[in-house]
Amino acid sequence: MLEIRNLHAAIDGNEILKGINLTVKKGEIHAIMGPNGSGKSTLAKVLAGHPQYEVTAGEVIYEGRNLLELSPDERAREGVFMAFQYPIEVPGVSNAQFLRLAYNEKRKHHGEEELDPLEFKDLLKERAKVVEMDASFMSRSVNEGFSGGEKKRNEILQMAVLEPKLSVLDETDSGLDIDALRVVANGVNQLHTPNDAIIVVTHYQRLLNYIVPDFVHVLASGRIAREGGKELALELESKGYDWIKTEDNGKGAGAPAQ
Amino acid sequence: MSTAELLSKQEYKYGFVTDIESDMIPRGLTEDTIRLIVEKKNEPDWMLEFRLKAFRQWLTMTEPKHWPNLVYPKIDYQDIIYYSAPKQKVTKKSLDEVDPELLRTFEKLGIPLSEQKQLAGVAVDAVFDSVSVATTYKEKLKKHGVIFCSFTEAIRDYPDLVKKYLGSVVPTNDNFFAALNSAVFSDGSFCFIPKGVRCPMELSTYFRINNAESGQFERTLIVAEEGSYVSYLEGCTAPKFDKNQLHAAVVELIALDDAQIKYSTVQNWYAGDEQGVGGIYNFVTKRGKCAGRNSKISWTQVETGSAITWKYPSCILAGDNSIGEFYSVALTNHAQQADTGTKMIHLGKNTRSTIISKGIAAGRSNNSYRGLVKVMPKAEGARNYTQCDSMLIGSKCGANTFPYIEVMNDSSSVEHEASTSKISEEQLFYLQQRGISQEDAVSLIINGFCKDVFLQLPMEFAVEATRLLGLKLEGSVG
Repeated sequence: MLEIRNLHAAIDGNEILKGINLTVKKGEIHAIMGPNGSGKSTLAKVLAGHPQYEVTAGEVIYEGRNLLELSPDERAREGVFMAFQYPIEVPGVSNAQFLRLAYNEKRKHHGEEELDPLEFKDLLKERAKVVEMDASFMSRSVNEGFSGGEKKRNEILQMAVLEPKLSVLDETDSGLDIDALRVVANGVNQLHTPNDAIIVVTHYQRLLNYIVPDFVHVLASGRIAREGGKELALELESKGYDWIKTEDNGKGAGAPAQ
Repeated sequence: MSTAELLSKQEYKYGFVTDIESDMIPRGLTEDTIRLIVEKKNEPDWMLEFRLKAFRQWLTMTEPKHWPNLVYPKIDYQDIIYYSAPKQKVTKKSLDEVDPELLRTFEKLGIPLSEQKQLAGVAVDAVFDSVSVATTYKEKLKKHGVIFCSFTEAIRDYPDLVKKYLGSVVPTNDNFFAALNSAVFSDGSFCFIPKGVRCPMELSTYFRINNAESGQFERTLIVAEEGSYVSYLEGCTAPKFDKNQLHAAVVELIALDDAQIKYSTVQNWYAGDEQGVGGIYNFVTKRGKCAGRNSKISWTQVETGSAITWKYPSCILAGDNSIGEFYSVALTNHAQQADTGTKMIHLGKNTRSTIISKGIAAGRSNNSYRGLVKVMPKAEGARNYTQCDSMLIGSKCGANTFPYIEVMNDSSSVEHEASTSKISEEQLFYLQQRGISQEDAVSLIINGFCKDVFLQLPMEFAVEATRLLGLKLEGSVG
């Protein structure tokens, strides 16, 4: 589904990603871990097409296409979804209005008929159960006045509505208490099928108790420093990131994944 | 993509010119010009006196060039044609006698006038250059006692009403442009809603400037008697010309006891091109008087056009418990300039006013809100709430807020809130990441920003306004 080859990316001329290689297949869950500033969030944003990041080398093949050629909205309509670390507020635009527009844009793109507000309301009600959100959230402005936990749940609601093929969850656990974390993780697990793939970007191992990854990749200084199964996350938790950093010294980083 | 930059390529779809023979008077303005207009329109002596008085006052006045936040070259008032009317039969018994070319023009503008195609639920007075060419549903309205006709007809058929109210809210010497209008206004709309009548349909005037050399000076007068209600809509467009054209209108509203007037405008005059060449100078005086107890006047405006907008729809809250409202969206793009706002003058006891202003600036444009809230000594318990929000798109535009608050009564309360925001790249990226195109994303953000104002518009107007803002901003973020 996704093939990242030797990806380099920079912001304001500073290179953040220095040769990432990663292969993600259908049905898989990958965790990207790493210390602050290692490039985790940059990788997520580059995949989604954030305009501030410049890809300076490498390629990203998604479903057989060059992902980097597509605009952010085209990527989204093709099934790439990113759950934001800091979801953005859109005053005056209701959650329902926003979600319907997004949903219908995707349907149009795939040659399907748009849903009218009533049809969509039914669908939204159904999907909202995934993250245990009640109807009052649908008429409120997008993320405006939402608590941190509500914002994150709203991200997963959007994921539930848009049914992406590839979801990138950028620090979805940050700022969540344990109950909210459980709700969000539960939602993600319900949505995961053998036909989609999920990349979980996280600093802490905690989230991975709930969303269990098939593979763990540890980033350090813009390169994948270490890879393994879910047990790698536990090892990291006990040894800390310094362990990677010291081990990484002298070792040729950016080795091809898998 | 760098930060937002202006790349607008949107074509103004109303920019066509109707090829029609016009009856024009020579350029320039003297007392003789006024006599000529009066003669053309076959007006009574009292109108001639009204106009001449205004003209003499105008001669002593100076253009308000210093206080508005606007820059434009000197206007040569002797280089304007003050009267231009399409040649047609003098009396039109029915709409079928209106020149087909004019009917086609209005149809193209989305305002079908012929009997079969008239808009349901909206009566329209269509003004073309200096004259009203048709008014729909006149007879139907008459059955309810509602008078809706061109100003010319009103002077002829209802002279007592016109004499009583003309200039009663905006005196001839109120300001430079109002004096000019009073001297030379050529037509407009007149509405009279009698006691206790709820006007059965929306009334509207559609203004079209066609002649490149003429100015448009029209007058609207709406009188709502005790306990009546009317909702009035105003729309405007003009062809694209390289030369600036002057539009100086005066609107007067009078609401008696328990009466309510809701006045909505979607202004889409030609704004000039991207470099700021051409476009309408929209210098308009609009004022309503809540003369009676418990009366209410509500202004809603969506200002998207004109090279320059100078306009402050205001309310004089004279009657006790009367209410004034001003809801405004002003959008400027390219080289457009707007200095717009309102005045709420609290005279009566327990009078209330609400001001919600949303300014959106893109391109190199300049967008200013200017508003006065004045509470006079006898206005016990008066209350005002003002909210002014500005949104900037790109980094070359400007937004300003000039609030003036004068309170002379201790028992009153005045609140003012203001904010300035920018459409951020993060906001756009967020919406795009959900599959929404960049242009739709801008449109969504703007419409969310303007929601409080759009909610005040009649349904069809709200749809039109939403669409219009989208069009105006197309390509403005890139």
